[in-house]
Amino acid sequence: MNVVEIEGLSKMYETGFLKKKRNLALDGLDLQVKGGQIFGLLGGNGAGKTTTIKILMSLIFPTAGTARVLGRDAADVAMHSRIGYCPESPYFYDYLTANELMDYFGRLFGLDAAARKRKTDELLTEVGLAEKDRGRQLRKFSKGMLQRVGIAQSLINDPELVFFDEPMSGLDPIGRRDIRDLIAGLRAKGVSVFMSTHILSDTEALCDDVAILRAGRLAASGKLGDLLAKDDAGRSLIVEVQGVKADEIRGTVEFIGGATLEATPDGANITILDESDLDAVLAVIRKAGGRLTRVEPAKLSLEELFVRDTSA
Amino acid sequence: MPEQNFLSTIYAVARNAFREAVRDRVLYNLIVFVLLLTAAAIFLGELTAGQEARVVTDLGLSATLIFGVFIAIFVGVSLVWKEIEKRTVYSIFAKPVSRSNFIIGKYLGFCVTLLFNTLVMAVGITLALLYVGGTKFIAGVWPAAYLIFLEMTIITAVALVFSSFSTPALSALLTFFVFVIGHFSSSLRDLAQAMGSEAAVVFFNVIYYLLPNFSLFSVISNAAIGQHPPASMLGFATLYAVAYDIILLTLATMIFRRRNFK
Repeated sequence: MNVVEIEGLSKMYETGFLKKKRNLALDGLDLQVKGGQIFGLLGGNGAGKTTTIKILMSLIFPTAGTARVLGRDAADVAMHSRIGYCPESPYFYDYLTANELMDYFGRLFGLDAAARKRKTDELLTEVGLAEKDRGRQLRKFSKGMLQRVGIAQSLINDPELVFFDEPMSGLDPIGRRDIRDLIAGLRAKGVSVFMSTHILSDTEALCDDVAILRAGRLAASGKLGDLLAKDDAGRSLIVEVQGVKADEIRGTVEFIGGATLEATPDGANITILDESDLDAVLAVIRKAGGRLTRVEPAKLSLEELFVRDTSA
Repeated sequence: MPEQNFLSTIYAVARNAFREAVRDRVLYNLIVFVLLLTAAAIFLGELTAGQEARVVTDLGLSATLIFGVFIAIFVGVSLVWKEIEKRTVYSIFAKPVSRSNFIIGKYLGFCVTLLFNTLVMAVGITLALLYVGGTKFIAGVWPAAYLIFLEMTIITAVALVFSSFSTPALSALLTFFVFVIGHFSSSLRDLAQAMGSEAAVVFFNVIYYLLPNFSLFSVISNAAIGQHPPASMLGFATLYAVAYDIILLTLATMIFRRRNFK
């Protein structure tokens, strides 16, 4: 079942008073997100990620198209009791303490006092907010601490689907690991996660499916593994060897079926276009006294994919 | 997930709005008020022999009105604007909170703050009157304070309407104009009739019926001579204020519902 269904979604912003300027933030976006997985929405600055999430959260209204969440229109207020949302750089009432904020938001979901207290303690512990900090006003919190509170508040209603806008923003490496584990844990509990992020390592570590936006349009989408497989059919292999001088074998190797060779400090990485060329390449390596250390399907790095699909 | 009803949402938002006003030190004005009243009770009485109670009533209620209106305008215009500017609405509207319930909750929470403020001021005036021996004035102070509170609820609602589409500075200015014109609209209408100009009569009639008529809530001078308004007047003023508040809140909600939070 799809938890998010977006069809032909467009959003035009108008700025200026007398002389209006128009900016098309989303341009006929189509997107489906399956349930029970972690979905990553990628894209450069201004690609339309936050606009998409804001439409799904009913913070802004689309100029055209439809957006459905959990089978209901995104603007359906009742549906919002089944989702969670942590905005980018969360902004909260800074005069409240972390405990008070959780209590307030728990009330908005109709939780009784006991449930609010239990969920507050449980979630603030889970996101790693020290007990001594929970009674302090949020205005005294660091960015990382606010991010942790932001994630905790998004889970207070035991949502079926959570939206995270740049969830690792402002976190130190330990914080990132904690939140990454927490997000992975959500998937294990059957909670669907929709996250936008710039941090590609987190995407690779967490996301099942991804979509890449470019200028408000969908540039690529699908299983992360499929997107990372090279365009040339997935039969290419990378052969990593050590103990050889790259320049000595370059001529011979590059003669085999269009293979390419890239020198490394210990040897070379050879890319062959077809598995059937592997034996010939290995023979050259052995003859040169080299040692095979790794053979794997050639894939784009997520960074390469990201740069390729987000460049105009 | 338990069923959430709109009343508990409004209550939660209102509760937080009250807490916000308290933590933002809105009620600190009470300290200035108490100091002013104490000074009036002790020193002004000596300058106005035999008129202490009258001066305390007049000054105390006028200060209640001025302080209240000042807070209603300046806090009222930032009530929702601040939530948008600080982006706290992002987390709120992602939850099962409709925009109308949010506006109503914020408004009611702030009205409770104004009510508390007015109550404390009325208690202060009562104590000052007891101190200067003006017990017969007390009966007029409480209805007058109640009417001031009703007036402030309308001013807050006006501020909310303006701030739902305009900047706080402009909203404050426009709300202040409504406050001033609202106090003189009946006089302006009478003036237009005396002038005999058809256009002026139509113009000031429109203003009279469109803008709230605050002279309905103005009984400070009566209270200062020991009079208190009849119950029927209080009842009518209550109905008038509630009707105005509902119309203005509906208008603010209609504008706010269409807003994009960029």
